[in-house]
Amino acid sequence: MTEKAKKTGGRRRGLHDGGGRESLHKGPSLWYAAPAMVLFGVFALIPLIGVVVLSFMNWDGLGAVTWNGLGNWKEMLGDPLTLNGLKLTLILTIACWAVQTPVSILLGVFMAGKQKYRAFLAVFFFLPLLFSSTAVAIAFKNILDPQFGIGKAFGWKWLEQNFLGDPKTALWTLILVVSWCFVPLHSLLYQGAVRQIPASLYEAARIDGAGTVRQFFSITLPQLKYTFATDSTLMIVGSLTYFDLVYVMTAGGPGNATRLMPLDMYIKGFKSYDMGGASVIGVLILAMGIVISLLLNRLSGADKMESQMEGV
Amino acid sequence: MRIHSGGGASSSGDATLWVFNDNNTKPVRDAIERWNKDNPDKKISSETFANDAYKEKIRTAIGSGNAPTMIMSWGGASLKDYADQGSIVDLTDDLKDTVDETVLDSVAEGGYVDGKLYGTSFNGVQPAVLFFNTKVLKEAGVSKEPQTWDELLAAVEKVKATGKTPITLAGGSKWPYLMWAAYLVDRIGGPEVFQKIENGEKGSWDDPAVVEAMTKIQDLVKAGAFGNTYQSLTADDRKDVALLVNDSSAMEMQGSWAYPDFVALNKDFAENTLSFSAFPSVKGGKGDPKDLTGNLSNYFSISSKASESQQKNAIDFLKNNTYSDSMVTSMLETGSVPPVKNVEDTVKKNDTKSGFYSFIYEAASEAPAYQLSWDQALPSDQAETMLNNLEQVFLLQITPQQFVDNMNKTLE
Repeated sequence: MTEKAKKTGGRRRGLHDGGGRESLHKGPSLWYAAPAMVLFGVFALIPLIGVVVLSFMNWDGLGAVTWNGLGNWKEMLGDPLTLNGLKLTLILTIACWAVQTPVSILLGVFMAGKQKYRAFLAVFFFLPLLFSSTAVAIAFKNILDPQFGIGKAFGWKWLEQNFLGDPKTALWTLILVVSWCFVPLHSLLYQGAVRQIPASLYEAARIDGAGTVRQFFSITLPQLKYTFATDSTLMIVGSLTYFDLVYVMTAGGPGNATRLMPLDMYIKGFKSYDMGGASVIGVLILAMGIVISLLLNRLSGADKMESQMEGV
Repeated sequence: MRIHSGGGASSSGDATLWVFNDNNTKPVRDAIERWNKDNPDKKISSETFANDAYKEKIRTAIGSGNAPTMIMSWGGASLKDYADQGSIVDLTDDLKDTVDETVLDSVAEGGYVDGKLYGTSFNGVQPAVLFFNTKVLKEAGVSKEPQTWDELLAAVEKVKATGKTPITLAGGSKWPYLMWAAYLVDRIGGPEVFQKIENGEKGSWDDPAVVEAMTKIQDLVKAGAFGNTYQSLTADDRKDVALLVNDSSAMEMQGSWAYPDFVALNKDFAENTLSFSAFPSVKGGKGDPKDLTGNLSNYFSISSKASESQQKNAIDFLKNNTYSDSMVTSMLETGSVPPVKNVEDTVKKNDTKSGFYSFIYEAASEAPAYQLSWDQALPSDQAETMLNNLEQVFLLQITPQQFVDNMNKTLE
């Protein structure tokens, strides 16, 4: 939205108010949304409702489905494993965000530039994105193996640690591997965003005598505000449901040191065959995801999405 | 038409079967091939799966009515579940005579639910035993395999002094923890202790034998018997077996299914350095040192959703192929020991240099009690809680009494 539109039309809401029914007709027909809505309904909404209903039922995957009222909910909310999973998931989410965001921004800014060897290096940065997470998990599991891993191979004592076997280090090891996998994706988003910033802003800054660091903090970072909001939402919601790497690398162990909520849900459902209990955890994850993304949207002001290019 | 009927044209009348793709099931896969050649009108179409993939798929397939005609299981609680739900048919009239005549009693029993036959075994017998690297033991000054718990502890001390890992334990896979617990409870309190638990008697985990077994486990852990990285060692990639083969450790408890892996990794090692024995006895314990635990075998059941002709063909196949002579020979060739009555001679004739087949065969035929692995014997929700708590016992995160209390809650 340009400055001009803003002055004459006001906010978007104003536009609609002014235009009345007529402007609604001018927009594309609602039928354009139909394919997306059908897909969303069949593959997201209906299973979702199924999970909510199932959370009030008893089902072992084999016999009849019977009503259990609030029984599953009472049992799951009183289960220390659920609380443990919640705690671990929150730690993972926050830590992944805190590790990935700064690295992704810096890499993104670097890759948006025109330095020597940039394109060449960028290929390497993107590589982790191309690997399947199961392959990554198996590779890291073997690299970090204290008996057969890289530490043993090269005789590096400091790498001969029980990374995935010690309850104190297992979760942090996972956080680093997960970050390694996803930093490329997020830096790609930041790279795109940085390229959108008009060069004239930097020219003006240079004329005013701003150095590289000052330009980064006064122009680049503020211009990345909405990418930051979008990207954080992706990261956080992704971490809440993160499963495959953890399942292959530790399967929740040692003990319950990495039994994150999605894994707890899987074990409840497909190892203990308690589909009702697993659904309760599923609903909890869903609720957390919705609340957190709404909150993020609010906090960042992304729901208004005002232009940042006024006067450019 | 079934989705999984094998894909062949006009095969919807064939009986269907899902089976693992590992070495142990090769004899049965060969038998099916022969059967199909000889009986073109009663074909069985089979599809193979990886072990874990099968385990996760079969239950939902049965629940949703998409099961194959022949359903494979480990016996135990899942077989009982299927029978109670009416998902599999009663085979007593058709196959009881065949099974009772051929199969070792302890293994045949695993196919019965409430006195009725629901599963017929087709695979090798798979008890857990102790494997030893005699070279490492000798270097540590241990001249013979420990036969009692005290001898085992002494051997652990001596091996530890040489800087090697006394006992390999694949803790990352969780189920290897189970074999230690099951044997210790048996040796200390006899087979009755777990029988009560399996029957779901309230408070039955609270037995002095369980507490003592867990205490002994924690003693072993504290003595450094398993080294300090056992939690990240996994069994599915065979790293545990490799540690024994490359002289890094002296002992390991594993199912007899690990034997072909020793041979595959290093045949010379398997023939000359590897030795094996039953689990040691515990002083003052009630259990017979000949008692076994581990997997009994695998069982075939027949889906009640299959058509009459599919059921009939499958039963015909089982009648003619349950440990037939050619099956027995081909099992011994692939390295599994058939749980069949009166085949000592055949076993001996085909035995390896180390005598492993005869050892397993005798152990299985003479065992006064043969306890199915706890995680198969218990209903799946209890089994999962048990594995989880047992792991915490090994990690010294909970006390033996806490283990008992947590487990008793599953029986309420």
